[in-house]
This record gives sequence, structure tokens and C-alpha cells, in this order.
Amino acid sequence: MSGKRAHTAWWAFLVHRVSGIALALFLPAHFLALGTALAGEEAFDTFLRWSEQPAVVFSEWVLVMLLAAHLAGGLRILALEFLPWRGWQKTLAALAAGFAVFAGLVFALTR
Amino acid sequence: MSDGAPACTGTATLRVAVWRGDSNGSFQVFSVPRRGSQTVLDVVTYIQRVLDPTLAYRFACRVGMCGSCAMTVNGTPRWTCRTHVDKVARGGKLEIAPLANLPVVRDLVADMREFFDKWAAARGRFEPTRTREDDFAAVKPASPARGEADAAIECIGCGVCYAACDIVTWNPRYLGPAALNRAWTLVNDVRDGGNVERLAAVAGDAGCHSCHTLMSCTELCPKELSPTRSIAGLKRATIK
Amino acid sequence: MSARGEARLWLWQRVTAAFLAFFVLVHLATIIYAVRGGLSAAQILGRTRGSVTWGAFYAAFVFAAAVHGGIGFRTIAIEWLRLRSRAAGALALAIALALVALGLRAVAAVAIGP
Repeated sequence: MSGKRAHTAWWAFLVHRVSGIALALFLPAHFLALGTALAGEEAFDTFLRWSEQPAVVFSEWVLVMLLAAHLAGGLRILALEFLPWRGWQKTLAALAAGFAVFAGLVFALTR
Repeated sequence: MSDGAPACTGTATLRVAVWRGDSNGSFQVFSVPRRGSQTVLDVVTYIQRVLDPTLAYRFACRVGMCGSCAMTVNGTPRWTCRTHVDKVARGGKLEIAPLANLPVVRDLVADMREFFDKWAAARGRFEPTRTREDDFAAVKPASPARGEADAAIECIGCGVCYAACDIVTWNPRYLGPAALNRAWTLVNDVRDGGNVERLAAVAGDAGCHSCHTLMSCTELCPKELSPTRSIAGLKRATIK
Repeated sequence: MSARGEARLWLWQRVTAAFLAFFVLVHLATIIYAVRGGLSAAQILGRTRGSVTWGAFYAAFVFAAAVHGGIGFRTIAIEWLRLRSRAAGALALAIALALVALGLRAVAAVAIGP
């Protein structure tokens, strides 16, 4: 990556955009999975059992992390754009990252 | 030095790749003697005076005031007169190219016309409301509006922020940090009468709403301005 | 699209973001709470079927997500896929409508039933 991009705010942007893309790709799959409930409880149950596989559990953890990262980054952007300008944006980015990790941990530990 | 670079007492050499030609050109490599307190502009000047007089480049004050010597040094836009070789030459290597996001005239000279055209498109021009017959405008220096304007007013149009901005690269219509920053100073100028048109000019995909707060402009501005801050102000002003 | 229209898209992106922040926190808390027990289909659907609250909540969630994702997609299509504004907007609208359709189907599955 070029030197002109090696700063916190640029990483914050990239994380926000990539997590947004990932979530947008995940969402239809999520809707379709929930739609299996239309076929009745059994179909839904089959799906839930499938979702207990380690690979799926891991992917869910990744998704929760992405969601938390996108949310935290989004709150940072709302603060940057709507609140009066302050010099602590880097701290905001760090807090956003921290929240994302925290959410992922909570999700992982409560399984 | 800890990175293994040779001592800067004139005994070592730099391997300098310099962009030649227009946008379809290529890098040409020169060997330049290394000297103490050498700047990248010193290196370019040496090449042109001693090695290849056909090299085209811009400079003027060479003391960090005019912004004319802005070029891309190892991928980052900087003022070459204010860039010490010791700070950027890893392993004695330098790569020097013209400013990004602008057409290349020749070698290290970028065509700045679109930069200033966008300045005009953003209505970065003062629109007076008084004549010489009127009394002086009274502007309180400590007022919040003047504070906002003063924080952004020192821009000298060097183009470093424009070259650094990835949105300019991705969206050719984007007016860019400098033009929007200047528009913000005028939005906050109580003497100016052109804000209805100006706020319309800086809105939308070409304007402030395309800024994604990458903040490369703020990181690299040699005058330590924050176009991101100015653009955030424009975002709030345009949705009122 | 006019500059005014583009500015409006920018604003709707932020407005839906604020709503989604709330929706997502409620959703995450709900899922974590439900997962603690290790849930079965019967248990989930027992709580959501026939519930107007859950139905309304998730329907609003779907609309907000579709608008937010659609506008986001339009920006990325222009900046990274090099589409022109009109093509990007059309594609974004199609994606948003698809998300609404799939999403409301899922909400119906969970809140109403077959």
C-alpha cells in the first residue's frame, strides 16, 4: 500500500467499506435461510442443526465482528460529520475497533 | 544509521528513479551523490544541472513557502524542498514522479489547470457585497465563523491534497479537498454574498458529499490545514 | 442525478444508518440472548410467530437495510466499478428492491408462518 495511505483514517475507511460489502453479500443468504421457516419447523430445524457446524459457527463470529466493526465505524462517521470538529478522531477510530472486538468476544463466549 | 544506509557525508550515492515523458512515459534511473542535509529538490536540481539538462521540473522559492516544488516522492505527494533525503530514501533509493491525479505535461511537471478549474467550479471566489463608497466591513476576529475561516485560509494551492486524495482518483468529477476547503472559508466570510450558489456548487457527488473522510489531505497538507474539517462543515451547511 | 438528489441520498444513508445502529444493537442482543440457551426452531418461532412487535421491528429493519445497502452499493459502483451515475443508480435500485423482497419474505416466514 502506498505511503500516502498509511494512516488511521484510511484504514478506518477501508474496514468500513469492506465490512459493508461483506454484510451486503451476507444479507440475502441470511434472508434465504430464514425463509426456510416458510417450509415449516422441520426445514428450519434442519437448517439450525447445519448452522452448529464449527465452520459455520466461525463464519457467524466473523459476521458479528464485521457487523460490530461497520456499526462502530459508522457511528464514528456520524460523529465526524454531524458533531463540531474535534481533534480526537484517531481515538474514535480506536474506540470503534475496540467495540468491534468486544462484540465479537461476547458473541464467541456466549455460544 | 540503524537501517544500514550510508553516512550522509558525500561519500555514498543515491539510486534515483525519475519519471520521464508524459503519462505514457517511464522511469529513468540516475546516480546522485549523497550530501548532508540534502533535500529531494537538491537531488532533482543536481540531475538537471549535471546529468541531464532536458529534465523538466518546477520550483520557485526552494524554502517551503510557495508550494511549486510539489511532486510524488516514493508514492507520497510532498514539497521536495521540504523533504530531507535522509527521511525518505530507504536503502539509498528514491522514486520521483509528478503529482498524481493530474495530467503530465512533461517529466516532473503536472498540468494544474483542472485543479484550478475545480476551484472556480466550487465558487472559490470572493463575491463582494460592498463598494468603495460603503464603510469597512467589521469582522470580529474571535467570532466562530472567522475562526473557522482562519483555520482553513492559509492554503496556497500547491496541489498536494488533490494528489493525495483517492476520491479524486476514483471520481473524476470530484472537486477535491483544496477547492472545497476554499469554498468553506468563503461560506464563513460574513462579507461574502455568494453562498446560495456556492452551497449548491459544493453539494452532491462532485462536491462535499463524496468525501469519505479518508483524511489523506489532512495527513499530508504541508500547511497543516484540515480540508476534511472544512468539508465536514460544508456537509452540515448543505443540509440545513 | 442532480446535485440536490445526490445530497439527499447522502442524507438518507446517514438517517438509515442511525436507525440501523439501534436495530442492530437490539438484534445482536436478542441473538446473543437466544443463543445462550441453544435454540430450536420451535423455540424461536414460538416467540416470533404472531408477534406484531417482532414483525414490525424486522420489517422496518429490512427497509432500512435495503435503503442503506442500496445507496452504499451505488457509491461503490461509481468509485470502484467505474459505472456512470445512471447505471449505478439503476443497479442499486434493483439490489435494494431484491433485498426488500427477500427480507419481507423472511419476516413473513418468521413472524407469520407458512
